[in-house]
Amino acid sequence: MNTIHDLWMRLRGLLRREAVEQELEEELRFHFDEQVRKFVEEGVPLDEAQRQARLEIGGEEQTKEECRDVRGVRFLENLGQDIRYGLRSLRKSPGFTLVAILTLTLGIGVNTALFTIVHGVLLKPLPFPQPERLVSLWERNVIDEGSFNPVSGGVFADWESQAKSFEEMALVGEDTANLSGDGGALPEMIGTRQCSHTLFPILGVQPALGRFFSEEDDRHGANGTVVLTYGLWKRRYAGDPAIVGKSILLDAQKYTVIGILPAWFDYPDARVQLWAPVHHEVSEMDMQNRGNHRFFVTARLKDGVTVGQASSELDAIQQRNHEQFPDELMGKGAQVVLLSENLVRGVAQPLYVLMGAVGCVLLIACLNVANLFMARVTARRKEIAVRAALGGSRWRIILAQVTESLLLTMAGGGLGALLAWATLHWLLTLRTDLPHAGSIHIDRLALAFTFALTIFCGVVSGLLPALAVTRSELLGPLKEESRGASCGKRRARLRKVLLTAEVALTVLLLIVGGLMLKSFAELRSMNMGCTTDNVLTMGFSLPDARYPTNPQIASFLEQMLVRVRAVPGVSRAGIVSVLPGGGHFMDNTFSIEGAPPLPAGQFLNAVLRGADPAYFTTMSIPLKRGRFFEDSDQRENGNAMVITESMVRKFFPDGDAIGKTLVIDWENKPRFEIVGIVGDVLSNLNQPAEPTMYLPINSGRFSYGSLVVRSDHGVTTLAVPIEKEIAAMDPNLAVSDVLTMEQRVGKSTATAEFDALLVLVFAALGLILAAVGLYGLLSYLVTERTNEIGIRMALGAQRSEVMRIMFVDGLRPSAVGLGLGLFAGGVCAQLIRSLLFGVQPLEWRVFAAVALVVFVISAGACTYPVWRAAHVDPMTALRCE
Amino acid sequence: MPEQGIDLPQGTLDLLILRTLALGSQHGWAISERIHQVSSKVLLVRQGSLYPALHRLERRGWIKARWGASENNRKAKYYELTKNGQKQLEAERSEWEKLAAAVAQVLEAS
Repeated sequence: MNTIHDLWMRLRGLLRREAVEQELEEELRFHFDEQVRKFVEEGVPLDEAQRQARLEIGGEEQTKEECRDVRGVRFLENLGQDIRYGLRSLRKSPGFTLVAILTLTLGIGVNTALFTIVHGVLLKPLPFPQPERLVSLWERNVIDEGSFNPVSGGVFADWESQAKSFEEMALVGEDTANLSGDGGALPEMIGTRQCSHTLFPILGVQPALGRFFSEEDDRHGANGTVVLTYGLWKRRYAGDPAIVGKSILLDAQKYTVIGILPAWFDYPDARVQLWAPVHHEVSEMDMQNRGNHRFFVTARLKDGVTVGQASSELDAIQQRNHEQFPDELMGKGAQVVLLSENLVRGVAQPLYVLMGAVGCVLLIACLNVANLFMARVTARRKEIAVRAALGGSRWRIILAQVTESLLLTMAGGGLGALLAWATLHWLLTLRTDLPHAGSIHIDRLALAFTFALTIFCGVVSGLLPALAVTRSELLGPLKEESRGASCGKRRARLRKVLLTAEVALTVLLLIVGGLMLKSFAELRSMNMGCTTDNVLTMGFSLPDARYPTNPQIASFLEQMLVRVRAVPGVSRAGIVSVLPGGGHFMDNTFSIEGAPPLPAGQFLNAVLRGADPAYFTTMSIPLKRGRFFEDSDQRENGNAMVITESMVRKFFPDGDAIGKTLVIDWENKPRFEIVGIVGDVLSNLNQPAEPTMYLPINSGRFSYGSLVVRSDHGVTTLAVPIEKEIAAMDPNLAVSDVLTMEQRVGKSTATAEFDALLVLVFAALGLILAAVGLYGLLSYLVTERTNEIGIRMALGAQRSEVMRIMFVDGLRPSAVGLGLGLFAGGVCAQLIRSLLFGVQPLEWRVFAAVALVVFVISAGACTYPVWRAAHVDPMTALRCE
Repeated sequence: MPEQGIDLPQGTLDLLILRTLALGSQHGWAISERIHQVSSKVLLVRQGSLYPALHRLERRGWIKARWGASENNRKAKYYELTKNGQKQLEAERSEWEKLAAAVAQVLEAS
């Protein structure tokens, strides 16, 4: 009851302000008149009575003010006043308002967008129940020091029978499949995964439709079953629920669709479109093999078991395992990491770097707006002094200033949210490599973040100048003005500090961006070891069901090459199992015939590729010794082998490799004679060349590969005629990734390029803001000191002397900021060391270039104000006040 | 000459106003006069404290205001005690009596 009454009174004070004021006025008037009447009745003359009444009653305005305070709406009234005042003064200087709002929009927008991504990718828990118990299991030190080696089927079986830390574990294997054309749809190649039937229960996911794999499905010889992702179901089967229970043709074999995954499910990434049971897909022998490391393992920890405990248990098991089977190629240990960490390995650090960069941009934006405000506050200091003299409290003046800056940042925050939405959309289309990309959008948390940023910016950029200008010298300006002395030193000093910080942050951004760009340039300039001009590539995979025997595969490949070479415009064509830059992909252990046997537990290992005779000349891979393959090597049991220079260096350091025989560790121990040595090509742009051996593509191991086609010009126009030729041979065979070599290289470096450019764009923005700030500061200083300059010149100072003084004054904040920024850049460069390729963190050229750019821009920003200072006419200057 | 008097300690003004209004509704000036008279011209309530106090009591709902005609037929704002005000008066009064008695006891003891 009382609260309602109280609220009513307050509301009345706020909404019926005029009436309430009127009543107060009347009430006090009545009091005064009564007092006068009393004195008159006591016999005092009217004049004297009025005088006495006034004396006795005291200040009427003060009483009114106190009564207004009692109404309890004082704060709101002031706020309304401040907002009106703020809007008025912002409208008065549209240029300032525009620059400030744009700056803040930019800062807040990119921060919100990046925060949304970082939150979605790195901070949000996985969308599975009890995600803190989901882990990823790895072998370590299989060949070298690597601690994230995929797991072989045999090792997995060992772990499953021995490890006690896990409720359940599951295998996941990568694959692609040819989805045959049906009902008029074209055949297509899709990314698939094989998994144990335990995977979905481990993750705790429920099917959107149908069911997941049972133990019976996950068996060799069972009927083929698949689970579709929601995306594939919607796209290819128009979301038809009747597809469950029907058959589809996958690599020319029948599979029954048994279930559909929910729409939010994008594990391990959004590119996977279909799942099949692993035991059905992979031969029993491969599932028991300890040396074929091809699977990823996901598991759920038992309640109460920590990742550390599980990791040491598994490590011990694998160490014993390794000692027990020294002849097997397998990890000398194992490790367990959280699934959530595993999924973002490799993307976390670049994201944090970008987040840091946009954080810097926001700080720069805030400092810049604070600086702009500082200039305005300074220009208005007489007005502020007058307000203070008339009784405006310091608190009140500060509040007015902060209100004004909050108005600006609110506008910036609103626009920033829009910008964030657009930026996010753009970033996500460019960065498809990010996990959970599909589920990232601007949500309530992101908006709350925007709001917090807005308030932060408003308070920082409003409070700093307000505190500075109201500190202890409110009345100073009134006194200063009369003397025309150089004044406001403290304010200039604060502006210089702000500017120094701005320059330092900019330099930091420039250095990080510069290093990343240099690193990207190094990556791009890496010599692949083959030509990338006018080469068209396309991937294919021949389904076992329709090409069960080696002669069938061989004849298909042979016929394909004949047809492709006949297409007008094709100058050369070849086939390789894995393209340069296509990753490590496949390796094998081998022994050298005639060499002393290796101690147990040691292996010779090299990357393995299949190629046809024309591949090397098509790609311009140079022959170093011996010969390329010849057509006669391509027969079924051909035993010619070509190896790379780095393989010679590693395994034949002091002898001729040509003519030596290698035995590859397959079941039938095939022997290959080295007939040629060719130049190295890179498997990964950011890694040194790996020792590689090439076998003839028709040797029976390669039912998949890439066609490479060379033309004198316009190779992309050949794509359609070539695809038609292949379709004519097998209408159900889909080719994948029809790309030129240039495009492939571009794709593999796109992320590095993207990150580097983004940071540099931010740095450039910072630089522009800092230049504007510097120009503003120096213009201000010149105006402030016009008088002083006039006196100096009147007393005989030379123009050059004046210019020197002003230049030094203007450049000092830049120089200090530059020094601080270079130092901070050096520190940060060490932190991002692992992101850099081919660049030392303290690459002096980057630091020197940044220093030069910042110096030139600073000097440029100073030029005009300094020129103006030097052309001050002493007489005008002295008269102007 | 302005009359001299003792300024009231914080908080007692509310009690005096409530007590005065317990006799019947009054306008502000009459309240200050009444307190002045009854206290034998010792207590002086200035306009600067009277009206903020009246408005505060009104906001709390202990008194309510209405406009009426004064003795010489002028429009004046009359305050009267509400039920809550009555309770508040009793509470504050017993509080005050306790305090006064305690203070007196301490002073006499020494």
